Amino acid sequence: MKKLVALIGLVLLVGATPGMAADKLRLVASFSILGDMVSRIAGDHAEVLTLVGPDGDAHTFEPSPADAKEVASAKVVFVNGLGLDKWIESLAHSAEYQGPVITVSSGIKTRTMMEDNETITDPHAWQDLRNGAIYAANIAAALIAADPPNAADYGKNRDAYVAELAALDDGVRQQFASVPAAKRRVITSHDAFGYFGAAYGIEFLAPEGLSTEAEASAGDLSKLMTQIKSEGIKALFIENITDPRMMTMIANETGVELGGALFSDALSPPDGPAPTYIAMFKNNVPKLLEGMVKN
Amino acid sequence: MLIYDILIAPFADFGFMKRALIACLALSLGSGPIGIFLVLRRMSLMGDAMSHAILPGAAIGFLLAGYSLWAMSVGGLIVGLAVVVLAGLVSRNTILKEDASLAGFYLMSLAAGVLIVSKRGSNVDLLHVLFGTILAVDAASLVLVAAISSLTLVVLAIIYRPLVAECYDPGFLRVAGGRGPVYHIIFLILVVINLVAGFQALGTLMAVGLMMLPAAAARLWSSQVTTLAATASLIGFASGALGLLVSFHFNLPSGPAIVLMAGLAYLFSILFGIKGGMARAYFRKPHFHNGKEL
Repeated sequence: MKKLVALIGLVLLVGATPGMAADKLRLVASFSILGDMVSRIAGDHAEVLTLVGPDGDAHTFEPSPADAKEVASAKVVFVNGLGLDKWIESLAHSAEYQGPVITVSSGIKTRTMMEDNETITDPHAWQDLRNGAIYAANIAAALIAADPPNAADYGKNRDAYVAELAALDDGVRQQFASVPAAKRRVITSHDAFGYFGAAYGIEFLAPEGLSTEAEASAGDLSKLMTQIKSEGIKALFIENITDPRMMTMIANETGVELGGALFSDALSPPDGPAPTYIAMFKNNVPKLLEGMVKN
Repeated sequence: MLIYDILIAPFADFGFMKRALIACLALSLGSGPIGIFLVLRRMSLMGDAMSHAILPGAAIGFLLAGYSLWAMSVGGLIVGLAVVVLAGLVSRNTILKEDASLAGFYLMSLAAGVLIVSKRGSNVDLLHVLFGTILAVDAASLVLVAAISSLTLVVLAIIYRPLVAECYDPGFLRVAGGRGPVYHIIFLILVVINLVAGFQALGTLMAVGLMMLPAAAARLWSSQVTTLAATASLIGFASGALGLLVSFHFNLPSGPAIVLMAGLAYLFSILFGIKGGMARAYFRKPHFHNGKEL
């Protein structure tokens, strides 16, 4: 019994001494791509915690009590909105979080997508770099409001980041412009590139029914394969958050070589090919180009 | 031509449909007889419990090697066997009966499995492990499933007599030879390996569907163990083929479609089965008999 009491005491002691960062803002971002953007703009003034980490799927995330603890101690919480991270509402409620929840996608022009035969708002707005710039502006505005003394730094970081995104956007446009429009067709495992396709003139054929959540039906699969064969599509990609087995099978059966993993809804771990928002584009764009040229 | 388009063309035109069909055939051949013995020994829920028990093993395999066929199978096998053996030991050495000890271990096992998969990956990964993807079955999985069902049939043939004897009179072997527990353990191992085979194709939740539903349905059509086993395999395979066709033509997920087809066969058998079905019970003229039906 004494041992048990001692053990409980030890656990409480360890639990009660969190590593306190010296007066840094504590910020929480709902998923990894947003986390990277927030850290870029906050710079050294904040500690950013990401709820859905690298290679995680924000669509189906289930928060744990540890996440509630992080949210409770946060100064500002950043979410994508557009239905991607709806779970933040119940999480903020259960964590009794009183601070601001910033929806970084406010002000973008939304697109719709089909899911389970329903038209919903497509949440993957960050796949258009111009929307990324809007995200950056929203993040900076929220940081300036939360921490006025460092407003100048946040403004400076935002301007530098937005300039970098604009340059990347130009580069991506030029690269895709070199591919004939008829060849710009790509198949991915999950319908996450609606904004990307609209921004850069690429048709993404995501097999409906092969979403991240549902089990595939033989009917959808056969339609997709027939389409791949009849239209001679060679650009076939898997995404980092989905089960690779299905796309591998499709590739084998249609005789198409898989074009490697695209990062859509989550970044890679720091040592991976796409640890930041910008690196994600630098990973995806050349792979897409390589695949399209084969069409 | 129409019938060809509906029934044959899906399998003729698409390799993944062929592989899924062959997977159903192989699974049914092994799982049918196993299911029959589970039904006859009143252990029908045991298959369900075991299918959950193998989850953490598969999860650890997934953790170490991603969606690797061998890692997940071996993991599932090891944990499944461990649960069987532990449950057996507990039931022999404590006051708990086998069902209670098995329930205890399988629940722990299930919770550990969900915990492990969720910790490493997303909920999507968990769903794929739980529900499987028979449409993505590859050649290696087919070889594994076929090998397991072949092994099952051979082993069942070898231990057939003592197994049947134990079905009808569990005390008999204990009195006659004392090797009852050995056959029991061998049988439980067969249950586990068949569930591992099924989980490659249908996921841990649905794998047991092709084992128990065809067996329960077959039970209403015959009282001969060999006929029962063959009927169960046949119903299982037919459910697989029909389920795949339904999934193909109506855009429904294939795993649940297959299991629901087996469910329809079960409902039909309950109503019209000639051995103890409802229609027989209600419509036949009352008469006295002391036939040796099961």
